[in-house]
Amino acid sequence: MAKIKVEDLKKIKEEVQKATSLREGGKRVKATVHMGTCGIASGARKVLNALVSSIEEEGTQDVMVTTSGCIGICSREPLVTVEVAGEEPITYEYMDENKMRQVFKQHILDGKVQRQFALAKGLE
Amino acid sequence: MQDLSLHILDIVENAIASKASQVAIRITEDLEKDQMIVEIEDDGVGIPRHLLGKVLDPFFTTRTTRRVGLGLSLLQQAARACEGDLQVQSEHGKGTLVRANFRYGHIDRKPLGDMASTLVALIVANPSLDFQYVHRKGDKAFCFDTTEFKGELEDVPIDHPKVVPFIRDEIKKGLAELGHFF
Repeated sequence: MAKIKVEDLKKIKEEVQKATSLREGGKRVKATVHMGTCGIASGARKVLNALVSSIEEEGTQDVMVTTSGCIGICSREPLVTVEVAGEEPITYEYMDENKMRQVFKQHILDGKVQRQFALAKGLE
Repeated sequence: MQDLSLHILDIVENAIASKASQVAIRITEDLEKDQMIVEIEDDGVGIPRHLLGKVLDPFFTTRTTRRVGLGLSLLQQAARACEGDLQVQSEHGKGTLVRANFRYGHIDRKPLGDMASTLVALIVANPSLDFQYVHRKGDKAFCFDTTEFKGELEDVPIDHPKVVPFIRDEIKKGLAELGHFF
């Protein structure tokens, strides 16, 4: 069985504590991956992991990743809703790993809504 | 669903929706008895007695957004396809235990799949919840508990971009020792 290397975690902890003290608290963006049975069956887990990997690569700390259940538009799954603080949420349809990475770079980081993948604007 | 790790993610999403604070995922690969057992136990609100008989009905759901509820039914179908079955035990107010068993060597048994992706997805999207993963295969075992990690990390969030790759590696390494690679 793999043992947790306490020193490794401690090192990460110290690094993070340093970085955290430099930034203000609070998240700027909430990204919700719809994870109902329909979402999971059509690839939502890959989409979520692509988003998480993009966040890791970029080292972004102000993006909150969350999941929700089915909203009844199962045929357009995987769905992802991106909510930038102070702006209307955008729900993207038929998502995949590449589209997720594009939405992360263009919308989440640069604020450019990717209309070509969007299903709706506003609350569900 | 292509593999068991996707089914597990789906069932754990049910547990999260039931306001659980702790979810245990237990996988046992009993090679001697040719059995594979998947258990998901939560401490959520549980299922009221009068609904317990209905949860495996694909045309029953408590949702109002659609008229079908396929999560448990699909896992039951996957289990029955390989001489297994699925049971749900639940006590209202205490939590729910979902248990699926499969004949291990059955040609139709779905593979485990990318369990690390399932666990990372659950942890990152629900940093305040605690997940315990116990995987036994023969005389080997891999255990992973988010409470242990949180204890070490103190005030650093478990979903921090520097912590997540570490968690993913730990899970991958642990599962590789049991012969699961992805």
